[in-house]
Amino acid sequence: MARVESEVLPGGSASGHRASLLLLGLLPLVLLAGLVWLFLAKGTDLIGTSGAPPDALLKLQIERVTFAPHQILATVRNVGPVEATVAQVMVNEALWQFSVSPKPTIPRLATATVAIPYPWVKGDPVEVKVVTSNGLTFKRKIEVATETPRPGAAAFGLFALLGTYVGVIPVFLGLLWFPFLRRVQERWFDFFLSLTAGLLVFLGVDALAEAFEVAGRLGGPFKGVAVIVLGLAGSFLALVAIGRQLRGRDREGARARLALAYFVAVGIGLHNLGEGLAIGAAYALGEVALGAFLVLGFTIHNTTEGLAIVAPVTRDAARLGHLALLGLVAGGPTIVGTWIGGFTYSEPWALLFLSVGAGAIFQVVYEIFLIMYATGFLVAR
Amino acid sequence: MSELSRRQFLTWGLPGVASLAGAAALATRDAPAGGPSATSASRHEEHLGMPGAGKIPDLHPPGSGKQVDPMLFLTHFDWGTASRLADGRTQREWTLTALDREIVVAPGVTFPAWTYNGSVPAPTLRCRVGDVVRVKFANEASHTHSIHFHGIHPASMDGVLEQVPPGGTYTYEFVADPFGVFLYHCHTMPLTQHIHKGLYGAFIVDPPKPRPPAREFVMVMNGFDTDMDGENEFYTVNGIANYYVDHPIPLRVNEPVRIYLVNLLEFDMINSFHLHANMFRYYPTGTDLERYEYTDTVMLAQGQRGVMEFTYTLPGRYMFHAHKTEFAELGWNGFFEVLPAEAKA
Repeated sequence: MARVESEVLPGGSASGHRASLLLLGLLPLVLLAGLVWLFLAKGTDLIGTSGAPPDALLKLQIERVTFAPHQILATVRNVGPVEATVAQVMVNEALWQFSVSPKPTIPRLATATVAIPYPWVKGDPVEVKVVTSNGLTFKRKIEVATETPRPGAAAFGLFALLGTYVGVIPVFLGLLWFPFLRRVQERWFDFFLSLTAGLLVFLGVDALAEAFEVAGRLGGPFKGVAVIVLGLAGSFLALVAIGRQLRGRDREGARARLALAYFVAVGIGLHNLGEGLAIGAAYALGEVALGAFLVLGFTIHNTTEGLAIVAPVTRDAARLGHLALLGLVAGGPTIVGTWIGGFTYSEPWALLFLSVGAGAIFQVVYEIFLIMYATGFLVAR
Repeated sequence: MSELSRRQFLTWGLPGVASLAGAAALATRDAPAGGPSATSASRHEEHLGMPGAGKIPDLHPPGSGKQVDPMLFLTHFDWGTASRLADGRTQREWTLTALDREIVVAPGVTFPAWTYNGSVPAPTLRCRVGDVVRVKFANEASHTHSIHFHGIHPASMDGVLEQVPPGGTYTYEFVADPFGVFLYHCHTMPLTQHIHKGLYGAFIVDPPKPRPPAREFVMVMNGFDTDMDGENEFYTVNGIANYYVDHPIPLRVNEPVRIYLVNLLEFDMINSFHLHANMFRYYPTGTDLERYEYTDTVMLAQGQRGVMEFTYTLPGRYMFHAHKTEFAELGWNGFFEVLPAEAKA
């Protein structure tokens, strides 16, 4: 910049330089603003169109459908560029009575709840369709209608149990491999670290795939892919920075390995939060009624996470307290996730959770590579 | 339905009075200025589980160029401007103008329609067999259109080869023959679009000796594809989904009723009409005064039509609807409110 200044504006006082520099910097922006103004004011005439009718771009998304006795509640988000009005509601191809709160006209990006008094049948598929005032339709099909658990002691307990079953118990089961890992030969250490890294890469990719799926469902204005990139990069970089602080200069000592174990636990914990969200939301959406296998699958798969957590500290005589805490950090968020997913599922937040979780996981993979590099494993011998 | 309790009966009390007033007004030849009260609508909806959001703004008589009032449409038969020709025949003259109009098809839902004279369905034209029909057509819409009448007439009056561009005019002239129930609609390609967008109406040709006196209604069955996906979102009779649920049609006990029924439903293969707690004489196409079917349900393909005649002998609220229940639940549904024989109060 300084070079440009001296070339373009030789001579003059320092403050004069700064002012003219500022002007030169702003000039293109001012011209751009003028151009935008001109186009907005006159442009549609200049290019001979009256502008696309914004009504056709109107878009609603049914984010969540819940079932209470004789009632269906649909959370509708306006993901279009203009405000939209819910004018009619159809359930399974029949016009039905309904009410919208706070009001039928939904501002951009806001949500409204459509309450439909409907004698739904447990176990049947239900399709909810909203019709906007200009006749566009937006629908969502629920495969299996089941009563949605309402926030309360019983539901909290149920979700906690589900989370414990899927997240906490399997992780602790995996931790029970610790004595086994202690006794196998030292050279197996690198093998188990590699296994951990591989497992984590799988979890990270899995979370990203899920995040992209949610981003696809979300409307354009949420910029789902940008949220993923920000969440991913943000959590990755933040955790790398925190890791440096915690570890200090020690890359290879017991302290570093324990820190790594905690990072693995935190990463897996964030991942399990996302898993909990999925389970809670699926339960709320009546999909878990089909998916006892989903729960079983998560349970079996999560057992390997315990192994991943203790792998870094197999050389050290880790205290029982640390092991218990590691297990809680990794498994506990599943419970929180099922609560959030079951009671207040919101796709934009789910997207953020998933991408932050993925970033945390990739950070752990990065840390594992650092350790393996320090121990010489990754150096050609 | 068992919950149609005393409470409900009481809540209907007030609108019932309004309906009575409406019935009295409809019984005279002059149509009332407005439809039944809005309060009655919401009450019935609560009971029937029907849609209740939004209201239908500013309803007007058919042909007024504005949102059609199905209650006025029901009994509106446009006989045109009559004049006697030198040879003694009666000539009837109408003007139909193609107009692009945003119309209401269900409470709160609008549809960018193509219309004749601003309403969907278009005004019901009526004449006697042998009358000279003269329809001056002006296209003030944004696309080319035409009018194709059903019935017997010369090729040049058929509205297929003579297309009328925006700004253009055309005069259709033919002798009404035979008597019966007919329809008219735009016959411009793509035909599906020109029909589903709303360019159609009923055309009734009376027999030489008029049919026996009766309360006469016209019912045009149609649908609206509001999200343009090639399927109807709403099914209606006379243009607004569930209108006669919200505003039951008042009748009197022992009053003969005649309905001119026309099916102009696009996209779906068939439509039907089912009358509750009664039977009707059905004269297919209305071209024969003797032969009829005695039934409570008829099935019609697009373009089919007929005359139905019936009488209710007991007071009460009777449903009529498409016996394709999907159509019924998407708006092709209504009630007759049969009131006790005229009581002089």
